[in-house]
Amino acid sequence: MAWYKVGATEEFAGKTGLAHFLEHLMFKGTDKVPSGEFSKTVSRNGGQDNAFTSSDYTAYFQQVAADKLPLVMEMEADRMVNLKIAEDEVNAERDVVIEERRTRTENSPPALFREQMDAVQFLSHPYRVPVIGWMRDIETLTRADALGFYKLHYAPNNAVVVVVGDVEADAVKALADKTYGVIPRKTVPPRIASVEAPQLAARELVMRDARVSQASWVRTYAAPSYQYGDSKLAVPAEVLNEILGGGTTSRLYQTLVVEKQLAIEAGSSYGGSGLGPSTFGISVRPRNDDPAPIPAAVEAVIAEVAKNGVTDEELKRAKNSLKAAAIYARDSGEGLANIFGAALVTGRTVQDVLSWPDKIEAVTNADIIAAARAVFVPERSVTGMLLPVPGAPPGPEHP
Amino acid sequence: MTRILAALLLVFAFAASPFDRAEAVEIKEVVSPGGIKAWLVEQHSIPLIAVSYEFAGGVSADPPGKGGLAYLASGLMNEGAGELDSLAFQKALDERAIRMSFDADRDQFSGGMVTLTEEKDEAFRLLGLALSKPRFDADAVERVRDQVRSIQRSEADQPRSIAAKAWMKAAFPGHPYASNTTGTPESLAALTAADLRAYVKDNFSRDRLIVGVVGDVTPAELGPLLDKTFGALPATGAELKVPDTTMSRPGEAAATPEPADGDQETIELEVDFDGKVRWNGKVVGDMAELKGYDTTGLPSVLVIERKVPQSVAVFGMPGIKRDDPDWYAAMVVNQIFGSGGFSSRLMEEVRRKRGLTYGVYTYLQPYSHAGLVLGSVATVNARMGESKQVIESEIARMAESGATEAEVADAKTFLTGSYALNFDTSGAIAGQLVGIQRYGFDRDYIDKRNAYIEAVTLADVNRVAKRLLDPSRLFWVIVGEPEGLESKPETATP
Repeated sequence: MAWYKVGATEEFAGKTGLAHFLEHLMFKGTDKVPSGEFSKTVSRNGGQDNAFTSSDYTAYFQQVAADKLPLVMEMEADRMVNLKIAEDEVNAERDVVIEERRTRTENSPPALFREQMDAVQFLSHPYRVPVIGWMRDIETLTRADALGFYKLHYAPNNAVVVVVGDVEADAVKALADKTYGVIPRKTVPPRIASVEAPQLAARELVMRDARVSQASWVRTYAAPSYQYGDSKLAVPAEVLNEILGGGTTSRLYQTLVVEKQLAIEAGSSYGGSGLGPSTFGISVRPRNDDPAPIPAAVEAVIAEVAKNGVTDEELKRAKNSLKAAAIYARDSGEGLANIFGAALVTGRTVQDVLSWPDKIEAVTNADIIAAARAVFVPERSVTGMLLPVPGAPPGPEHP
Repeated sequence: MTRILAALLLVFAFAASPFDRAEAVEIKEVVSPGGIKAWLVEQHSIPLIAVSYEFAGGVSADPPGKGGLAYLASGLMNEGAGELDSLAFQKALDERAIRMSFDADRDQFSGGMVTLTEEKDEAFRLLGLALSKPRFDADAVERVRDQVRSIQRSEADQPRSIAAKAWMKAAFPGHPYASNTTGTPESLAALTAADLRAYVKDNFSRDRLIVGVVGDVTPAELGPLLDKTFGALPATGAELKVPDTTMSRPGEAAATPEPADGDQETIELEVDFDGKVRWNGKVVGDMAELKGYDTTGLPSVLVIERKVPQSVAVFGMPGIKRDDPDWYAAMVVNQIFGSGGFSSRLMEEVRRKRGLTYGVYTYLQPYSHAGLVLGSVATVNARMGESKQVIESEIARMAESGATEAEVADAKTFLTGSYALNFDTSGAIAGQLVGIQRYGFDRDYIDKRNAYIEAVTLADVNRVAKRLLDPSRLFWVIVGEPEGLESKPETATP
């Protein structure tokens, strides 16, 4: 995998979606590998390839037999600096990206809702912008925009190469010297350390869409990450997330779904691996599409944890689950490449990844209480509801 | 100079993946003291064990009028068993980080488990409890029933799901394949704990069982564990009565006669010849009749109107079953035509050249009782007709003109070279072990499989392309507000 330390957060006003658009155009060829031939060559050699873009990074990957590694590294290094994009290809590819946005977002009310939530969540940080870009912006993206972004950010000194599989590190290093290593470095702009403006008031978003037939309720709280804010709270927040909303033994599920029967599903989500600020999210599918009793029930659950912490049994179970996840992760080559790649382009080290289970083990009840008290602040919350349109059943199956 | 640059470029290499080449996989057959057979691939470098298993039957074994039964059962298998109620069972799994999953597919009820080696005794015991002594307590049944109802409603909101369900309903009238995996609201509401117990008793039997195990366990250790999990199951299950069939388009004579007891849930989508499509008695769309090269005059497009910006289409034709002698040639045909990431003809013509879609693909669907070639595309409403025309003309071109030597060679190189990618995780390998047994192959299948593909010739590909890609059997369901469907295909075959 080749990871670049550039993502949607490096875009500028009016050109959202540019990092992702460039990712698409990276398959449009060089002098050595004509348009469309990159993937075909990988395929002809029994491999698969693709790429992805996030707010923080852009990554390109191939899965091939170990003896094809030199081939794909040569091709990947080649397109790091030799990209040629024909004008007529740009128009068709822009249409592809527009269709991608329709597939992922416009056709999906839950995806539109998440996009709106992000825009409400972040005032000043570029995480407020969808990675794929706003439709109006995508429509204006040009070949010159993409090439400008490419020349600014794509360089060996702005990339990380990750190889997982039946290889020796020394041999990979030698290959990298021969392929990427001969490309001159260039001055790339430093990553902008975007800061989120202080949130002083709770926010609420209510979205109705005639295409949804059921209510969803979410609550997010501004939270630190490994790299942003009070980062020592990030690992305790991961354990807290497991206890509050990780599966059916969690407090939220047991309280809202099993005991009070206010919800059909309930869970939480927190990840600390972004370069910027994170959120701690709670999502609930209310019973009878009635979100009214949900906030008080959720707040009672989190208030209890913030006040009294968790039980030893819960703490042990959450730690076991998270530590086991690290062992299970070793089972997937692709998964490992993603874990290490994402860490290395967001300021973390191999050692940080390897010592994660030890950090999980070290979390105490006091750490969890501290994380809960720091995160669950009403003024730093966003409450969102995605609701059906009253009196407008979306489909024949809905009475 | 370049030395310094290279040093600045970070390179990390990790040796991790359990197997890097399919050829390295050695399959052992383990027969437990109690007579349970499993295939095992030992792998001791990571302290975990992955189990995959299935019972023939699946959703097709739902009795008439009991749609959603297998699916509901799959949601309840980890909700309490033996002496453990739901919470106690879930805690027992969570404490040990044992991951269990259960799935109801059309032809199989399948399950998977991953456990750390140190927890294997308890993991196999708990799985055995789940399969042989599920409790189906009333509170758990009601809770999971609500969750399935919620899933039904979500599916009814999603264009792709609507299209796929309508396609199966229309293509298999009178056959269990027509029914929704999750059932209908009415059938789901009527299911009882007694139904669930009957499903388990009829379907979870040793004669229907296939098991694959991968990981940190020896054959000697595995035998007793297999007995712990599967030994308490009955030797035989109920007779499976699902008939073989082929798809039909609305208006064509159904391949399967209506069952005598008239299964209501399979005919809730009705296509009238006034061109209206009714679902649960309500008009939900219009039938657009394709002219152009479709000389049969039979309806080939079902449109279900939804106010979405992008139309989502599911299309398909009769295919072949897994035991068909043309199977490997069909894989090559599909690889060239509609599969294979960015390399297929459809991706080239529909996406890369014309920008009509983000994704277009076809695949072979070898159900136990019918084979299908299925595909999907999503395009902005205004250009949906164009996408459909391009796909249809590509189907006709492939059927009539066949492939080139280079295409066949490239497809074969991909299919043989990428086989190893199916072996990335222990769970994936365990799934392969089950799949190979399902179709009656021997343990040396993994070594032989690529030779079967190598043996496919251009003549085979062209013959099978003509056999499979038959525009006169093509049936579309399109959800959205598609435009341009009525126009004659520009590139219709002469």
